[in-house]
Amino acid sequence: MLTVEGLTKRFGGFIALGGVSFEVREGEILGLIGPNGSGKTTAFNCISGALTPTAGTITFRGEDITRLTPDAVCHRGIARTFQIPRPFRKLPILENVAVAAHYGAARPTTEAEARQHAREVLTLVGLPTDPHASPALLGAGGLKKLELARALATHPRLLLADESLGGLDLAEMASAADMLRRVRGELGVTIVWVEHIMATLMRVVDRVVVLDHGEKIAEGKPLEVAEDPKVVEAYLGEKIVLA
Amino acid sequence: MTPGRLAALALLAALAAAPFVPMAGMRQYVLHVTIQIFIWSFIGGAWSLMGRFGLVSLGHGAFLGLGAYAATLLWNFYGLTPWVGGLVAVALTVGFALVVAYPCSRFRILGHYFALVTLAVGEVVRLLIIAERDWTGGSLGLTLRPARTDASLLAIQYADKRVFYYASLVVWLLGLWVWTLLDRSMARAAMEAIGEDETAAASVGIHVTRFKLGITALSAALTALGGVLYAQYFTYVNPDTLAGIGVSLRIVFAVVLGGMYSLLGPTVGTALTIALSEYLRVIFGVKFIGMAETIYGLLLVLFIIFLPSGIYGSARGLLRRRRTLEASATA
Repeated sequence: MLTVEGLTKRFGGFIALGGVSFEVREGEILGLIGPNGSGKTTAFNCISGALTPTAGTITFRGEDITRLTPDAVCHRGIARTFQIPRPFRKLPILENVAVAAHYGAARPTTEAEARQHAREVLTLVGLPTDPHASPALLGAGGLKKLELARALATHPRLLLADESLGGLDLAEMASAADMLRRVRGELGVTIVWVEHIMATLMRVVDRVVVLDHGEKIAEGKPLEVAEDPKVVEAYLGEKIVLA
Repeated sequence: MTPGRLAALALLAALAAAPFVPMAGMRQYVLHVTIQIFIWSFIGGAWSLMGRFGLVSLGHGAFLGLGAYAATLLWNFYGLTPWVGGLVAVALTVGFALVVAYPCSRFRILGHYFALVTLAVGEVVRLLIIAERDWTGGSLGLTLRPARTDASLLAIQYADKRVFYYASLVVWLLGLWVWTLLDRSMARAAMEAIGEDETAAASVGIHVTRFKLGITALSAALTALGGVLYAQYFTYVNPDTLAGIGVSLRIVFAVVLGGMYSLLGPTVGTALTIALSEYLRVIFGVKFIGMAETIYGLLLVLFIIFLPSGIYGSARGLLRRRRTLEASATA
């Protein structure tokens, strides 16, 4: 569904991504992991159009989207969340999602349709649909949900979830993981999940791509990858617990 | 009918009847001040269309001056009626605004940098008007060529102030209507999103550049229209009163004073600043030149610190809070 070939991004002399290639298959949950600074978020930024790659191509459903602007990428059916939630704080929760539903959809919708769709998505992720509820009421977990709801409201086929569950407690992490499973199951959205804490992710994803210093060092099933000596080394011997 | 709507209707009726109320020889003066309030409120409202979304322009004088001068020059030199000349002036100003706004949006010139760019643009227009003195009259300004009769629809020149009173009332209402339309649309949510976080806004499919250019074009068009109306009413245009830093800041000050996030904020602010400057003019006369500006500046500082949503915005917020409190108390 999404093919990334030789993706390279340089910031001056710093190579954030040095020719990474991988593929996302329709219907899967792909884990994109790696230590801090390995290039995961940069890859997301390139795919979603927030950054223009230095070299390489990104193909989505047969179309070259390498140089599209973020809004155009969104209209093609790729939505993203941000590692640190970026809600529109001046807008109520419902409007945060409705504006995404209205402008993110590939085909035009009326404002009433957009609000209706926003209510559905908010219900799905478990946030209030009250038109006056403000994002200021939400905690870290709630903001994550809002981030997800806003992305889902754009009718994506592919969700780039920059999750970083670091700020969440164990119950919230489990429910976030559960939520992504439901998104795939109920909405049929393919997911690329970025995370650097591996334990939670490994239980959910179908396949894993591991980045380190801007290079792909491993790819495969979670169990195989976890045993890969290169991966173990990249994580400085951190033990990867698979429950 | 809600009390708010009733109050609005009563106010409108009062405004419509005002020119015929006996005022013991003060009528011309009262009308003159009220017309100015309408025109400058309309311009302030046009400014706030951008300002409320974080596009703080300190160069709206550029749009104002372009509009006023273009219409005036077209009439003076080519005899083109301001009905058409005004449209040309508005179109020209929108074109100019887009030329300024596109690179600003493309290269993400935001916040203070945007304010500085617009500040410069306002000055450039003022200096251009002064430099092209052969046909703009330079810093002496330019008088609108008089029509042959006392009242000319074609030239939009009337000796009777009441005509301009109603014209500016209608234009002021037009500004409020545009504000309300935008405020109720999803485009407002998109602009709020852009104003807060362009990256996040773009990621949910909002075409950031298109929206910024759109709101700038709208704001510039209305400002230019205000300029045309100003020129027709005063029949005299001057680079210092219509372009450059001075007038640009005056617009901003009035809106900040009244409140840039509310429908009537710009009007309240403009009415207060004009009333204040008239009052100070009467009190000080020519004795303390610059006193009015000093008091303005002082007030601006105080307002930005203590009442960031302006007089009207803060009063409305207070009223609303009290009403919700009462509602929750009775519930």
